[in-house]
Amino acid sequence: MFDPSVVAPTVYLDHAASTPMHADALAAMVEQLGSHGNPSGAHRVARAARHHLEDARDQVASILGMSPHGIIFTSGGTEADNLAISGVVAASGGRPVCGATEHHAVLDPVRHHGGDVVNVTSGGAIDLDHLDSLLDDEVSIVSVMAVNNETGVMADLDAISALVRAKSPQAVLHCDAVQAANWVDLASIAATVDAVSLAGHKFGGPKGAGVLAVREQVVLEPLVRGGGQEHERRSGTQNVAAAVGFAVALAAATSARAEQAPRISALSDRILDAASALAGVRPTVDVATRVPGICHLTTDVESEALLVLLEQHGVMASAASSCASGALQPSHVLMAMGRSLAEASGALRLSMAHASTDADVDHLIGVLGDCLGRLRAGSRADRVMS
Amino acid sequence: MKVLVALSGGVDSSVAAALMVEAGHEVAGVTLKLWGGDSDSGCCSVSDVDDARRVAQQLGIDHYVFNFGSDFDRYVVEPYLADHVAGLTPNPCVECNRHIKFDRLLERCDVLGFDRLVTGHHVKLVDTDAGPRLARSADDAKDQSYVLHMIPATDLARCWFPLGEMTKTEVREHAERLGLRTAAKPDSQDVCFITKSAGRSNFMTGRIDLHSADLVDTDGTVVGQTSEVELITIGQRRGLDLGGSGERRYAVNVDVPGRKVTIGTAADLMCSGVLVSNLAWADGPVEGPVQVQVSAHGKAMAGELDGDGHVRWLEPQRRVAPGQAVVFYRHDDVHGDIVLGGGTAAGHLET
Repeated sequence: MFDPSVVAPTVYLDHAASTPMHADALAAMVEQLGSHGNPSGAHRVARAARHHLEDARDQVASILGMSPHGIIFTSGGTEADNLAISGVVAASGGRPVCGATEHHAVLDPVRHHGGDVVNVTSGGAIDLDHLDSLLDDEVSIVSVMAVNNETGVMADLDAISALVRAKSPQAVLHCDAVQAANWVDLASIAATVDAVSLAGHKFGGPKGAGVLAVREQVVLEPLVRGGGQEHERRSGTQNVAAAVGFAVALAAATSARAEQAPRISALSDRILDAASALAGVRPTVDVATRVPGICHLTTDVESEALLVLLEQHGVMASAASSCASGALQPSHVLMAMGRSLAEASGALRLSMAHASTDADVDHLIGVLGDCLGRLRAGSRADRVMS
Repeated sequence: MKVLVALSGGVDSSVAAALMVEAGHEVAGVTLKLWGGDSDSGCCSVSDVDDARRVAQQLGIDHYVFNFGSDFDRYVVEPYLADHVAGLTPNPCVECNRHIKFDRLLERCDVLGFDRLVTGHHVKLVDTDAGPRLARSADDAKDQSYVLHMIPATDLARCWFPLGEMTKTEVREHAERLGLRTAAKPDSQDVCFITKSAGRSNFMTGRIDLHSADLVDTDGTVVGQTSEVELITIGQRRGLDLGGSGERRYAVNVDVPGRKVTIGTAADLMCSGVLVSNLAWADGPVEGPVQVQVSAHGKAMAGELDGDGHVRWLEPQRRVAPGQAVVFYRHDDVHGDIVLGGGTAAGHLET
């Protein structure tokens, strides 16, 4: 049977998709999975569960520098984003606004509510002039991601915040910080905006665990109604184990950041140096504008084939996001940045986090050139993109 | 061998993959995303990809999804529309096999280091003295050699069709024995990118202009109207609003630019031969007596082929709609009906 793992190691360079759990988070979570109390209950067993849940909430609040009352545990980043956009629009009306390179978890609800999408520059930054032109007193929420999940480009939240406060002071400023936790000080993001989305599995917590953190003045209509948990903003018995795993992982990622960011940055430099030396490959964005964990490359071969070939050589990477069927689609992020279809079809995202090693990068550098060369040699002339 | 199996999410390709695993090959599966719109069957809906992925999991093989949507538009959907504008009756499955599965996917197969491309088509690959050839499936009713006739021998040498010796019943039984979720899935029908409910007419509307035309008798008398001349095919009987009763009447000629459809009797439809263009041969041109198939599920008819692509029927036959694939076979006692090649119907020869 064809089993590539037999012939090649597994070099995981897709940490922006999902990264391994921190050992502490896993242990804490497993312990919680053995407890059965309902945190909304009144007796001792229930109170114990509630205690763990509130410990987790306090931990997250303290990392963000926000009130524990504003921490809403959700099923993940997508729900957090949806709750922010739809929750604000349902409560306050008005028009949502977001950037063109936002994750679909923001873009789709914004479009669903008839909102406006802000152009980005060719480098992936919010076009501040365009944002300025869209802001008025009808805007109820502006959503901008801290770190783009494909390119790794960081937003200038200070400039965006200044503009939003001046032109739409009534608007909630929301930040999808799902890709930021490993690289950026979340407290400084939280201090600049009114609402922040996080997803556990991007920084060593579990999948299916997210947080929307909101300032006191943010009023949300719930997406999910029922028992009134999470201050009536997200009903349903809380997943205590997930919340605990989330909080422990966030604490671990936060305290490791000062040490990990430069280490990963050095690995990232090695990838970019090696890739830039290959014909037909270039970094997609100015490397100074992105987080160290994401190396986004534009190649002159089809990423769909490149990814399979890299997998055969042990490297797990990705390109754009996939549609429901699992097929790759030209990235809306790259298209919004004005890149051609051919450029978008040659995208390669290599992403790292705390578990990444020098050996991972050695292996990648050892096989990338061969994979690209083989695809160029095997493709018919008219299919090698220029 | 390292083989790549094209998994559509249907039972045939599921079993083809299973047979490859059972034979001890290194197997990976791939599902092609070809069409973004609605589809009843085809290979493109999310649930079809889910089924293919699940079968791959059940078989313990890797599974990939390749998005060939833009190639499918360019090589299959756009020509399909253009053919209707030109009054032709195209076979989109032939074009998909020609350009997508046995060109684009074969190329992927090569660059990714697979030795063979495997599909669940009901067709035999036989070794003749002259090289690999396609022959009709053991299941006559399911034979798909017609839509694969144009694969050149050099490409056939890189393919396997493991279902060729099996009947459809045997295929389903095999899938059931393995507990594959596709075991009882209905066969795909018709054109994969057009839903049965919406139909061809709805699909075309907005993509090409459909025009009204006169339905005229063989003597030129106007006997009715059609609002969609582009959708009328030679030999068509249903859907022609002629009123009255009596003898069955058919479209015997479709003139899209002239906005005129000639209506006639079954006898008016008869002709002595078909003119075939765009000839593609398994191994060089063939002349002489051949068996000829002119539609995907039609019966083969006996004819005599000359060097100019003219087929003369041994007995008069109905006209073949221009645009249809015309496929030539010759019987061989060892291998059965072998595909010699084929082309596109371009006109008929008068009796």
